[in-house]
Amino acid sequence: MKTIRASISGFGAVGQGVAEVLLKKQDYLKNVGLDIKVIAISDSKGSEINTDGIDLSSALARKLEKGTVALEDKSSLEIIESVDHDLVIETTSTDINTGGIGLKNMLSAFNSGKDVVTSNKGPLALKYNELMEASRNSGSNFRFEATVGGAMPIINLIKDVLAGNDVISVEGILNGTCNYILTRMMEENAPYEQMLAESQELGIAETDPSYDVDGIDSACKLVILANSVFGMCFSYKDVDVTGITKITPESLLLAQNNGYVIKLIGEVKDDLIRVAPRLVPEDSPLAVGGTLNVASIQTDLSGTVTVTGRGAGSIETASAVLSDIVSIYRD
Amino acid sequence: MRVSMDIELQDRPGQLLQALQPISDLKGNLISVVHHHEKEKNRRSKIPVQCVIDIDPEKLDELKSQLKDRGIGVAKVGEQRFVERGAVVLIGHIVHNDIQDTIDTVDRTGYAEVVDLTLSMPKIDQTSSAFLKIDAVGKEELNDSISLLKEVAKEKDLLVVEPIET
Repeated sequence: MKTIRASISGFGAVGQGVAEVLLKKQDYLKNVGLDIKVIAISDSKGSEINTDGIDLSSALARKLEKGTVALEDKSSLEIIESVDHDLVIETTSTDINTGGIGLKNMLSAFNSGKDVVTSNKGPLALKYNELMEASRNSGSNFRFEATVGGAMPIINLIKDVLAGNDVISVEGILNGTCNYILTRMMEENAPYEQMLAESQELGIAETDPSYDVDGIDSACKLVILANSVFGMCFSYKDVDVTGITKITPESLLLAQNNGYVIKLIGEVKDDLIRVAPRLVPEDSPLAVGGTLNVASIQTDLSGTVTVTGRGAGSIETASAVLSDIVSIYRD
Repeated sequence: MRVSMDIELQDRPGQLLQALQPISDLKGNLISVVHHHEKEKNRRSKIPVQCVIDIDPEKLDELKSQLKDRGIGVAKVGEQRFVERGAVVLIGHIVHNDIQDTIDTVDRTGYAEVVDLTLSMPKIDQTSSAFLKIDAVGKEELNDSISLLKEVAKEKDLLVVEPIET
């Protein structure tokens, strides 16, 4: 049995999802020879630290009851710097302008030789090369499957399963919120504003939806894909982005009458990287509805491979974090 | 009838005008000329030129003989066929931004044409949506015509929803 001492930085939806998944999958983890011992959890108000291992159930209950996991003041960065452990599970909320606390946490983790598994897109979309270099220099493992497509496997799929293939292009739906809004607009022949309101009510869209509907979230994911799969060095500011706010119900109907749906598609190939609403033939594998994500990977040897799955949700995203953790330490 | 014609010019000044004059004389309408001056000259050191013209089919033989009289080789004549079909959606104030001009952007190319347009205008102050079917002589030409359309649409603040590549 290998014991991995881990901290969880950020205890929002994804962080809590990770705690739940670790609890739920204890037996599975034992079977693959892993004991993931969480020695610290932090959120914006403080942290809980227990070098013997935190009781995840009570941490989750306390978070639910009090709105914070904090028992002391130490921040995630202080924990990474001062508490001995192997793995930082970085699930703080994304900051697309500066990289935020997530970027500091990751760099500090590498600086002290810790491995990092993250769901936090911002730092990767801004400072991909810097982070990769820092992890290489310290010999740290760095995994980030959860940053793109939630539970839909794509980065590890391309890097591991499709290893040896040259990837010619990747295109797909990388944002479940936009997909939901466009799908519902078509189903109900309703305007954008109405279906945005519905998705906000259902918790699918944020109160400030611009990050999703303006295509920024898709652009960040596309940058991470482009950099990790194609070895490019894009920042999200390089992406040609058009969001979905101008799409009308009439345009969806006209498209439908001609055998198309309209989807917010991210596309990367050669030197082209863009996010825009596109006409997708109804019978295309990319024409998935609801909150689903989908990606078609065009390769030289395997032809086109298409994957689809749930792109968001705390447990779904946590599942991608778990799979990264297992793939680092299993052997 | 729309006709594509591959002709060969001597590499001398004024040759292109020589070639185009008979088209005008026979009341043909020149749609496009692609002058492959930068391309490698063919074996007979002539410069290939591709043109697309609208002309009365009965005058086509006369055109060919006039060109020959002027020392211009006619390598190939063929009726223009649109083999590639495409579609785009436009969203915005389509009609109030000179819809004819928008369509002409594609039609003027000579290698692509808007063959169908369905327009939806919900209310006078709301944005309209249109579905355009575009035919082109080839895939590259189709993509080129959509690129031109996008440039014009940008000026007019229209959103162009393009098809994914399949």
